[in-house]
Amino acid sequence: MITAQSDSEFLSEVVFDHFLARHSELPDWLVKQKQASWTEYLALPAPNRKMETWRFANVKGLGVEGFRLAPSLSEEDSQSLIENSQNVKETSGKLVFGNDDLVAEEALSEELSAKGVIFEPLERAFAKHPEILEEFFMAQESALGSEKFAAFHTALNRNGTLLFVPANVEIELPLVSYHWANGGESAVFPHTLVIAKDNSKVTFVDIYGSSDKESAQLACGVSTLYAGPGANVEYHYVQNWNEASLSFNRLTTVAERDSNITAYGLNLGSKHARNEGHTVIEGAGSNAEILSLTVAHKEQEIDQRTLQSHNAPNSRSNLLFKNALQDTSKTIFSGLIKVAEEAQLTDAYQTNRNLLLSPTAEANSLPGLEILANDVKCSHGATTGQIDDNELFYLLARGIDKPTAQKLLVFGFFEEILEKINNEELANYHRELVHQKFEIA
Amino acid sequence: MSTEAAIDIDREKGNFSYDTEYEYNAGIGLTEETVNYITDVKGEDDWVRAFRLKALESFRSKPLPTHWATKDLENIDFDKFRYYLSKGQQPSRTWDDVPDDVKETFERLGIPEQERAFLAGVEAQFDSEAAYSRMKDDLAKEGVIFVGSTEGLKDHPEIFRKFFGKVIPTGDNKFSALNSAVFSGGSFIYVPPGVKVKQPLQAYFRINAENFGQFERTLIIADEGAEVTYMEGCTAPKFETTTLHSAVVELVALKGAKIQYITVQNWSANVFNLVTKRGLAEEDAEIKWIDCNIGSRLTMKYPGVILKGRGARGEVLSIALAGDGQHQDTGAKMIHMADNTTSNIIAKSISIGEGQSTYRGQVHIPKHLKGCRNNTECDALLINTNSRTDTYPAITVRGDDNSVQHEASVSKVNAEQIFYLMQRGLNEGEAMSLAVNGFVNDLVKQFPMEYSVELKRLIDMEMEGSVG
Repeated sequence: MITAQSDSEFLSEVVFDHFLARHSELPDWLVKQKQASWTEYLALPAPNRKMETWRFANVKGLGVEGFRLAPSLSEEDSQSLIENSQNVKETSGKLVFGNDDLVAEEALSEELSAKGVIFEPLERAFAKHPEILEEFFMAQESALGSEKFAAFHTALNRNGTLLFVPANVEIELPLVSYHWANGGESAVFPHTLVIAKDNSKVTFVDIYGSSDKESAQLACGVSTLYAGPGANVEYHYVQNWNEASLSFNRLTTVAERDSNITAYGLNLGSKHARNEGHTVIEGAGSNAEILSLTVAHKEQEIDQRTLQSHNAPNSRSNLLFKNALQDTSKTIFSGLIKVAEEAQLTDAYQTNRNLLLSPTAEANSLPGLEILANDVKCSHGATTGQIDDNELFYLLARGIDKPTAQKLLVFGFFEEILEKINNEELANYHRELVHQKFEIA
Repeated sequence: MSTEAAIDIDREKGNFSYDTEYEYNAGIGLTEETVNYITDVKGEDDWVRAFRLKALESFRSKPLPTHWATKDLENIDFDKFRYYLSKGQQPSRTWDDVPDDVKETFERLGIPEQERAFLAGVEAQFDSEAAYSRMKDDLAKEGVIFVGSTEGLKDHPEIFRKFFGKVIPTGDNKFSALNSAVFSGGSFIYVPPGVKVKQPLQAYFRINAENFGQFERTLIIADEGAEVTYMEGCTAPKFETTTLHSAVVELVALKGAKIQYITVQNWSANVFNLVTKRGLAEEDAEIKWIDCNIGSRLTMKYPGVILKGRGARGEVLSIALAGDGQHQDTGAKMIHMADNTTSNIIAKSISIGEGQSTYRGQVHIPKHLKGCRNNTECDALLINTNSRTDTYPAITVRGDDNSVQHEASVSKVNAEQIFYLMQRGLNEGEAMSLAVNGFVNDLVKQFPMEYSVELKRLIDMEMEGSVG
């Protein structure tokens, strides 16, 4: 556990030694991995303007030196976080993390535990399930430019979620993890590892947030999902760090034969957010839906990079990223579909739609394709525009006042993604957050 | 599948070179001496010498753009090229003055003599100097200037100096810097206000010395309300070692002017074709690039338009055909700098065998502009299982009164279409050729007649033996 001395500990070169000294409970294999990662982190160059993977991004504000390892929470703070972690009521299990410590837990039902489902915070799982973690923890490479931040995460992460669903087990209600950052300059390293074995079915939700609106925080997270043969995995993340914060997230999804993956992302928070999403199609016949909705305002910069790697034939992936921009906000969407030579009969699609709601907002779009097979259907589309005058006119002509009409049309823009969420409670939760943010602006 | 040849065409046509005695030869490699030598031979003014030397410095200081472009660029050995060769002749005015061996080269290329009758002027560039150049009298009477780059800078500096190197600055990229240091040949055209040149101006040129880089420089200025169409076509003989072609083409369309620039290129498979092309469109002006790339080992070419004046319009229509072992890295750039500017990009590519085609685009609409529109479409066709295509557009839009749309698709030739055609007695190669021609047809329709015929022939040649 973190002691009070960490209050002065900024993320400099020596912080790692102190981190290790304080967490003697970590197993040897993990310490070795962390040491290697820390060396790698120090050696790798910081993002700069010449790097194609950081094109258009404002790389100046990405320094982590001003942050320190998040201190432990007071009882009072923990309590208030737990009270705020009620957004999804019907769950099969819940974990609440505050500054990377587990502060509350709703364990699995005995029935699910008996079937072999594992839903544990990493702080326990490292010791309890080394066979799973040694194989899967940080086993995927960075493919989109965040090598340095992934190494940083590996070195300083100590908690997060392990969700393991054995073959043929279906879990109806979603499992949810809340990750809170508390206090100024706090750095947190949330981690998610979901492993769904053959023909299993599971829905998992990550909700990221800050305990107040003003304190600048750093979040450097990594999530990895494995959908085994025939598995059905639905994943949601809500990025809602406060608007003073800097956040990085790398999501890797591995789809095996005949699996079905749906990933929904909702980006609302952070001053500067960088999300990388890599979907790896490893097995034939799999299907991936990758959806994201971003509402940016003020001076937010939301930088999203995606890669759809098709390494197996007969699979489908469909990506839709929608961004609504207000004020002087900026979004970057960079997407790439890579179809390997052996991945014939691939259907891969990628769409980016940007809605500019202010004359000073800036939308950047870099949709890309790299196709090495010839019998494929691939397309990408990117549009950037504003509220359609004809649609607005239609509503005005029916007596709806302009602000309401505009709001209706913007909500309609969001709805294309929201209506795809099957779980009604989750859909309403996403909808409420989006509408809330839009109303405030 | 059969490997039968689609159409009986002599593949060796164009695969020849004659021993030509070069009167001036700057030797191999690139130093200050080479640059001074070129300037001396051409008898250029001091400002041109200074321009070239500054460009050489810029060329040396710039790295190869391999952080985003193909590593194949590293295979270019700049010390092994000849940077200047010339017969030392003044551009000739009548066909009779053209030396016989040069005529024979053109003869084998199949530039039809009758064609010249229809064309306003044929600027046939043999190696680096214009070997033959003639304009119809009526064009000259209207004040149209159509000369080589050397003549242009020497005889009409008052017209050309103002825009020379302004649309594409020397340091724009490594290859524009290289061109600026050693350029020779190319066309300088000035069309006075209100003059509409009805027939297209045309230049054929080819590379004819082994290891000889060709660095032509073209500058076309259409004054207010003027209109002009320029066509270039290239064929080159095959050589054992690599050849470098690095041109710079600048277009300036003043208020209300229209320029159309058409390229059909068919370099041989050992040529590095690294070209910078950009146009500047003032108020209500229109610049249209029609660009067709066939052949070469590596082509990197992204014609662009800077839409500087209100209501300016830019268009790029491009067709790329990457044969076995070739890489067509082409695209377009549209930089919107004024309100109500519109741009359109339509790119189609075909990859055959181990060919690779890449689309790279840039559309930039900065803040506070109103009423800007862009439409981008790129379609790729993959013929064989090992063919490859990539698309990397980059779009930046600021402001809520501008809109862009981008679409790309990748597909293969529909098996049903091929089956249908073969049912009707075509062999597979012919059927494939017809399907590919159909894929590019809506673009080819926009080309002048001679060029669409030539293009169809080139596609047929490339499709030969591609099935199987």
